[in-house]
Amino acid sequence: MQQLTKQKGQPFRKRRKGLTLRQQKARLGYFFISPFLLGFLLLFLTPIIQSFIYSLSDLTVTSSGYELNYVGFSNFNRVIRVDPNFTPALLQTVIQLISMVPVILIFSFFAATLINAKFKGRGFARSIFFLPVILTSGIILAMENSDLILSSAQVMAEEDMQNTSMQMMQFLQFRRLLFAINLPPFIVNFLVAAVDQIYDVVIASGVQILIFLAGLQSIPVTLYEASTIDGATAWENFWKITFPMTSPLIIVNAVYSVINTFTNPDNEMMSSIHYTIFSQSNFGVGSAMAWVYLAAVAIILAIMSVVLIKLVSRYQH
Amino acid sequence: MENTAQLAKKKERNDQVKIYMAKLARYTWSLIRLVLVFGICFIILQPLFTKFAVSLMSEPDLYDATVQFVPRGLNVQNYLVAFQEMDYFGTFLRTFGLSALVSILQLISCTLVGYGFARFKFPFKNTMFVLVILCLLVPPQVLMLPLFLQFRFFDVFGIYELLTGNAGINLMDTFWPFILTSLLTQGYKNGLYIFLMRQFFKGLPVELEEAAYIDGCSAIKTFYKIMIPSAVPMLVTVFLFSFVWQWTDSFYTGLYLNNYTVMSNALSSLASSVMSDQLTFVSPALVSMMNNTGTILVVLPLFIIYLLAQRYFVESIERSGIVG
Repeated sequence: MQQLTKQKGQPFRKRRKGLTLRQQKARLGYFFISPFLLGFLLLFLTPIIQSFIYSLSDLTVTSSGYELNYVGFSNFNRVIRVDPNFTPALLQTVIQLISMVPVILIFSFFAATLINAKFKGRGFARSIFFLPVILTSGIILAMENSDLILSSAQVMAEEDMQNTSMQMMQFLQFRRLLFAINLPPFIVNFLVAAVDQIYDVVIASGVQILIFLAGLQSIPVTLYEASTIDGATAWENFWKITFPMTSPLIIVNAVYSVINTFTNPDNEMMSSIHYTIFSQSNFGVGSAMAWVYLAAVAIILAIMSVVLIKLVSRYQH
Repeated sequence: MENTAQLAKKKERNDQVKIYMAKLARYTWSLIRLVLVFGICFIILQPLFTKFAVSLMSEPDLYDATVQFVPRGLNVQNYLVAFQEMDYFGTFLRTFGLSALVSILQLISCTLVGYGFARFKFPFKNTMFVLVILCLLVPPQVLMLPLFLQFRFFDVFGIYELLTGNAGINLMDTFWPFILTSLLTQGYKNGLYIFLMRQFFKGLPVELEEAAYIDGCSAIKTFYKIMIPSAVPMLVTVFLFSFVWQWTDSFYTGLYLNNYTVMSNALSSLASSVMSDQLTFVSPALVSMMNNTGTILVVLPLFIIYLLAQRYFVESIERSGIVG
């Protein structure tokens, strides 16, 4: 240590045994996050570079490992310009996502405010609201989507509905009502689609409700008390206190919803990537697909966060 | 005199009307809330009830249009068949072992990392936290193939190949891929756990640690003597998440475990294996009954764990203060 300080040209500095407190703390910090650093280097950065190399090559598995032949961008070319199924599937996934995420956000915010209020049986309602986090993950969700009888029953129910003129009329009236109040068709279709997808929305918003609820809990009650005494209504309280205080979480939740919907193993893109790699053993093409998909995700996330940050910052000032 | 008395009376009446109106508004609002909460709860629970009902039906019930939801007589045959086909007790123990191992390792590593991010200052801290979020962002499918090959031909810097001449160790069908990814916080959604733990530790008062430091406690001792006990609700939440998501995970188990039966692959092959034993044609009713029975069997242990942990779960939300 003595030599070190001399080398640094600070001979007048007080001699110490060992490190300064700040250095010690920094060392401890690195110690605590070392699992992540190692994991990031070995199990994230390395594979992601490898994956990019695979997407540029032709990979064949041999008895003693695997071989790579560099083929340039032909895999990407094949995915984007030759494969007839890829682009439509990608578009469909993206469109579905763009229509889902706002609904999920609105619904989870609404649900969180609903179970934040005090009422009898709140604990019970909360535990049911969080059930989707637990019960509709992974294989269980996949099972649900592949269940033949239930889906055929659903189709039958829909036919039933179309046959029963009463219900048909009601359905039409809902739509006609929306048109009658001069809503543009785009919004009407969006609303109808949102109502149709209510189950998907509800089960996809478990974690988001949790995050919003935590945000609502962290708003001090004194704020509401003060503004109510000054004569604010509940409506004003919501827009002037609740919304600005929770708006950073809207970004967190939007990002989380996009990731969650995108990486959902049973969406069309995910299954087609999985199929290309493991059933067709087309490793290079599969990796190229994954990269194109990742690029699409990144673009959407970037646009969305820019828009949301602008919106939210308007409310924060 | 009379006039003022009348005015006072009028005012009183007005006030009473106002009170009634306020009461009415409150009752209306709680009625609306009741309807909404009940509706959402119904949407969440209805598929579960349907599954349970179908699992208790017999085959004629499913083809009978008059049977809706309530089966005609209790029939536990489905459960017996599913128990046998899934090798339920064996599968249960294997899945429990794997999930417990994975979630405990993830809990340890994510708590360490979360604490490191919450309480220490070091160069490039913010950049590294962005990297945590980045890990959460990249779909696992991008990393799937390299990870598969890495664990199929596992090697550290080519040492194994140098010594034996073989191209790495085959870690497929072992727990090692799970152990390694969990220890190094690269398991499923570990970025979320790190985020949650960091927020929770940030919300705890710094005085707790300062007092311990002044009393001569080392940083590591402070961590497990002071911080860990105060973080129990969040620890339970993260444990619950990772346990449940490992229990139902079909992506990584499909990737790393081919011949090792856990709940998720037992469930996805249940219907076809029952059918190949009993029939030569595809019977949609049988498929549905088996899928639903299997789902109930897979979900049941999770349900029990959720009920036990639920108290901590809600508490952790109330105290976490995720904002910021």
